Amino acid sequence: MSEENDGKKFMFVNRRAPYGTIYAQESLEVVLIAAALEQDVSLLFIDDGVFQLTKGQNTEGVGMKNFSPAYAALGDYDVSKLYVEKESLEERGLTLDDLQHLTWEDEDDDWAEKDSIRLVSRDEVKKLIEEQDVLLSF
Amino acid sequence: MSIEVNGKTYETDEEGYLANLNDWTPEVGAAMAAADDCELTDAHWEVINFLREYYEEYQIAPAVRVLTKAIGKKLGKDKGNSKYLYQLFPYGPAKQACKYAGLPKPTGCV
Repeated sequence: MSEENDGKKFMFVNRRAPYGTIYAQESLEVVLIAAALEQDVSLLFIDDGVFQLTKGQNTEGVGMKNFSPAYAALGDYDVSKLYVEKESLEERGLTLDDLQHLTWEDEDDDWAEKDSIRLVSRDEVKKLIEEQDVLLSF
Repeated sequence: MSIEVNGKTYETDEEGYLANLNDWTPEVGAAMAAADDCELTDAHWEVINFLREYYEEYQIAPAVRVLTKAIGKKLGKDKGNSKYLYQLFPYGPAKQACKYAGLPKPTGCV
């Protein structure tokens, strides 16, 4: 995989709820910049970070822009690896069905639409983190 | 900074992007283009309207690579390429077209 790209492997670790602080929105902004510069980008959602991907967000009343529709644009930016930690979801009473259905189109497979969200266990998260060149935690 | 259209003043940032998205009208877009000596044709509007729809759906202004690909998908390969888009918007298709569309400068644009 890494042979296709001379760039480093960047992983953005998101562990906070989407609103209340600016971290989630800033993270997404940097992800889009890194992806526009064609780096190998993946995202990891753990702890309260899993709330960032939930469907049907409504920010009326919190006074922040609902930026969650932008996650659906990540596929256009060739960002296809959104890892969600299973245990974090379960601890919050959430399932995959509570999250947006995010997809990307695989150029090497006749533009087949594929799921971007991949559920991973806590043990798998450790391995993923070890594979990265750059980790950015938000 | 600001721009005046039909006697009304609209606030812009230092690069001429509209401060308030909701201020936008086609007349404002045309006036911004005129200030750059650019006359908007149907081909320009096709891209501008596409950007507005993209922003409406995703709440972001797409980077040029993403815009090119998305235009190709929706309007055909003859339009979804850098040559065509740069002919329309020589200052950079995403940057310049977003400005006339009343959107913020695209993320990832330096």
